[in-house]
Amino acid sequence: MKDKVGIVIVSHSIDVARGTADMVRQMVGDTVPLAYCGGNPEGGLGTDVAKILKAIDEAWSDKGVAILVDLGGAETNSEMAVELLDAERQPKVVICNAPIVEGAVMAATEASGGGSLEDVRRTAEELSPQ
Amino acid sequence: MTDWTSSSVVIRHKVGLHARPSVKLTQLAKSFASTVQIAGTPEGPWIDAKSIVKVMAMKVKQDSTLYLRARGGDAAAAVTALAGLVERDFDEDKAHAASG
Repeated sequence: MKDKVGIVIVSHSIDVARGTADMVRQMVGDTVPLAYCGGNPEGGLGTDVAKILKAIDEAWSDKGVAILVDLGGAETNSEMAVELLDAERQPKVVICNAPIVEGAVMAATEASGGGSLEDVRRTAEELSPQ
Repeated sequence: MTDWTSSSVVIRHKVGLHARPSVKLTQLAKSFASTVQIAGTPEGPWIDAKSIVKVMAMKVKQDSTLYLRARGGDAAAAVTALAGLVERDFDEDKAHAASG
């Protein structure tokens, strides 16, 4: 699995994150490293840098990891998580500017075909209004 | 440059080329080195069958004909494989039965 770009899903809601991951698994299959997280440390809605770091670890691939986020804090906390990674890992992680559910399915489809990190990001972002 | 290897096949899938079939078609297309394209009419426009976003955006309906063409070393195998996937209804018979 480590020859495919990994996908990380970061939502304010653990249910949204889990549901998105379910869609990726069902539609794309299990050839792509995939991890998800959601909720703040207290279990409410929100995101948590520590959980995001753990998810990046779980989905780690030498080809890189693409993160899909939902609203504001998910993006800023993901950026913070990336900054906390080892210097050699940082350039291998991107945050996609794409809708979380559709972006995750598109990104994972591209990753499953062996696409590079840049291919995966471009595919997810192709969806967004230009 | 060599010529295209072409084929066409009718989409029988209940809801046409929707999300899951699109993913399967794209994944299969990506497994070939050749350029693989699909279209809704023999005149095109031809789109890259390896692009999930473009394939899904085609919104091919049930009972419409999908035109396939490929160019490259494994073009014939690619066209045969893709047409086969569509003819087998994307291998989703079981999923259909389960959903009634």
